[in-house]
Amino acid sequence: MISSFLSHIDPNILLQQVVNGLVLGSIYGLIAIGYTMVYGIIGMINFAHGEIYMISAYLTAIFLTVLTFFGLQSVPVLLFFTLLATLVFTALYGWVVERVAYRPLRNSTRLAPFISAIGISLVLQNYVRLSQGARNQGVSALLEGSFRLSVTNTGSFVQITYVQVLIVVAAFLGMGILTFIIGQTPLGRACRATQQDRVMAQILGVDTDRIISIVFVLGAAMASIAGVLVTLNYGSFDFHIGFIAGIKAFTAAVLGGIGSLPGAMLGGLILGVLESFFSGFVNTDYKDVFAFSMLVLFLIFRPSGLLGVPEVEKV
Amino acid sequence: MKKIGGTLFFAASFFMLIGLKIVQAGEIRIGVGGPLSGSYAAFGEQLWRGAEQAAIDINAAGGIHGDKIQLFKGDDACEPKQAVAVANRLVDFDHVQVVIGHFCSSSTMPASEVYADAGVLMITPASTNPMVTERGLPTVFRTCGRDDQQGAVGADFIVQQLKAKKIAVLHDKDTYGQGLADAMKARLYELGGKEVLYDGITRGEKDFNALVTKLKSLHVDAVYFGGLHNEAGPMVRQMREQGLNVPFISGDGIVSEDFVIAAGGAQYVQGVYMTFGADSRKIPSGAQVVERFRSQHYEPEGYTLYSYATLQSIAQAITATGSTDGITLADWLHKNTTQTVMGPKKWNAKGDLEISDYVMYQWDKQGKYAEVDMTTH
Repeated sequence: MISSFLSHIDPNILLQQVVNGLVLGSIYGLIAIGYTMVYGIIGMINFAHGEIYMISAYLTAIFLTVLTFFGLQSVPVLLFFTLLATLVFTALYGWVVERVAYRPLRNSTRLAPFISAIGISLVLQNYVRLSQGARNQGVSALLEGSFRLSVTNTGSFVQITYVQVLIVVAAFLGMGILTFIIGQTPLGRACRATQQDRVMAQILGVDTDRIISIVFVLGAAMASIAGVLVTLNYGSFDFHIGFIAGIKAFTAAVLGGIGSLPGAMLGGLILGVLESFFSGFVNTDYKDVFAFSMLVLFLIFRPSGLLGVPEVEKV
Repeated sequence: MKKIGGTLFFAASFFMLIGLKIVQAGEIRIGVGGPLSGSYAAFGEQLWRGAEQAAIDINAAGGIHGDKIQLFKGDDACEPKQAVAVANRLVDFDHVQVVIGHFCSSSTMPASEVYADAGVLMITPASTNPMVTERGLPTVFRTCGRDDQQGAVGADFIVQQLKAKKIAVLHDKDTYGQGLADAMKARLYELGGKEVLYDGITRGEKDFNALVTKLKSLHVDAVYFGGLHNEAGPMVRQMREQGLNVPFISGDGIVSEDFVIAAGGAQYVQGVYMTFGADSRKIPSGAQVVERFRSQHYEPEGYTLYSYATLQSIAQAITATGSTDGITLADWLHKNTTQTVMGPKKWNAKGDLEISDYVMYQWDKQGKYAEVDMTTH
């Protein structure tokens, strides 16, 4: 049945849906990595993460305008400095979120930082709404153009824009670099020690407060890369984009096994491709229903996600 | 002691609120409901600016029988639940006597029931869903057309002018968007056509690439979208990026310069068609008012003048009847014609305008819209 279904479809269209799914999945993955990092180290969901991503979209537009105003013309240079400036400022937001919403509640009940993170996310959303206005904001198309190729001679083609290539590359690169940092460096060792036993790590000389701050900063940095590239991809944003992006990325992180970096990426890609295929070959109306039903089904059979480690109850 | 202090404070603040609620004699209290915040705030601003300017102009000319008009904001954020809360606040707390609004049909309908219960006249300058006036509420009016008229104009244009055969009909699953798409589809069937795809998207999403690829695989030659600019913008951009250069037709949900911003540049919206009432900025009776807006660096686009005309009609009804009772005003509006910046307005028994004037517009590469000259098509 599947083969007869496939034979009716233009291979270019099929491939294009794969590309659409991979790009969308990479966006989810980039944001999901931030969720999974924080969860992996301190065992809590950072509900303000979607808003950090939203803020980086605004910072992108601000820095693009400022840098263009100072006469920067070359696209790669403009892109590089925008990314750098956005990264620094977004990381600062990540640090502040940890200082304000998490650190004072470090030794309270498990649910308290949960609520304060939701509070921070509301504060950030409304702060942006009041200071920047509720209307749509946009950036002009910076990097236009695309690669096109065809696997048939029917005149149709598969296309991926330069910005979309950047998104996929950045997502994999970011995941790779962070996996390396966590797995291979002294900083990563301190992170893992903090995750395994915070009190013991502290006794052995690890500054756990500093490590947790760094984890939030790294997560925010990934969100800022997503913010810059997604803004260039869609061209517009408003104060509300953090919500849907946050929900989808969180789903991706859970699907991949929360706490696992490659898992977040894999979860994002699977979610993106599932959505694209359902939207492209069945209908768009029910694509979220389908994607989330799959998630529920999957978690029934594998509660710790694709690459997650089953939680062992410490006695 | 502490407890008594708290009770006293509560009682004091309670009486202060009551004190504030005393309605001053010599003023007409009018509510303006619409999305003043949220993603569709551009439309809320149109309604507010129009009503505000009308109130200033009427008050400067002596008010209504010497009474000044005072406006009250009601922000529904285009959310049905919030619209009901805001409607209750306008009626019970602000004690408004008439309401202008709301914008989104999905907000207007639940809110209108609150106003009807309270006997408050509601005139919406912008909600086009047919059901707004089809529910038999005597105090509900509108100064715009209906989606069954608007959708028909869109369908006629697509079939007769564009000669499109493979038509995709998309909507945003909202009362307005889906209603408009359904109205367009109904007319399409009357003309003997049929859509190749009928599908809904989710409000707030930005990625429609999978849907666009599907449109390509179906070889559509026109895309009709019932919805608002926040989704229409990215959708048309992704169509153009994927090389799908077929006509994109939508309704009055994209009649705002924010559509250009949502698409990320005028080069993407160039050529997009849209149905909307005949350009109110060109009606001679409104020239002075349009000038007044422009001198304040505000372009009275979209529904701004509709809102202005709505307040003018309300003022004339109150002047003629000497009452602010909803039923009395409604009776008068059913029987009489008002003179507004958009010309004379006359309503039928349902509260719809007798004459609808939907025409087709097209966006150009400067990011402005102008009426399509049908003779050259």
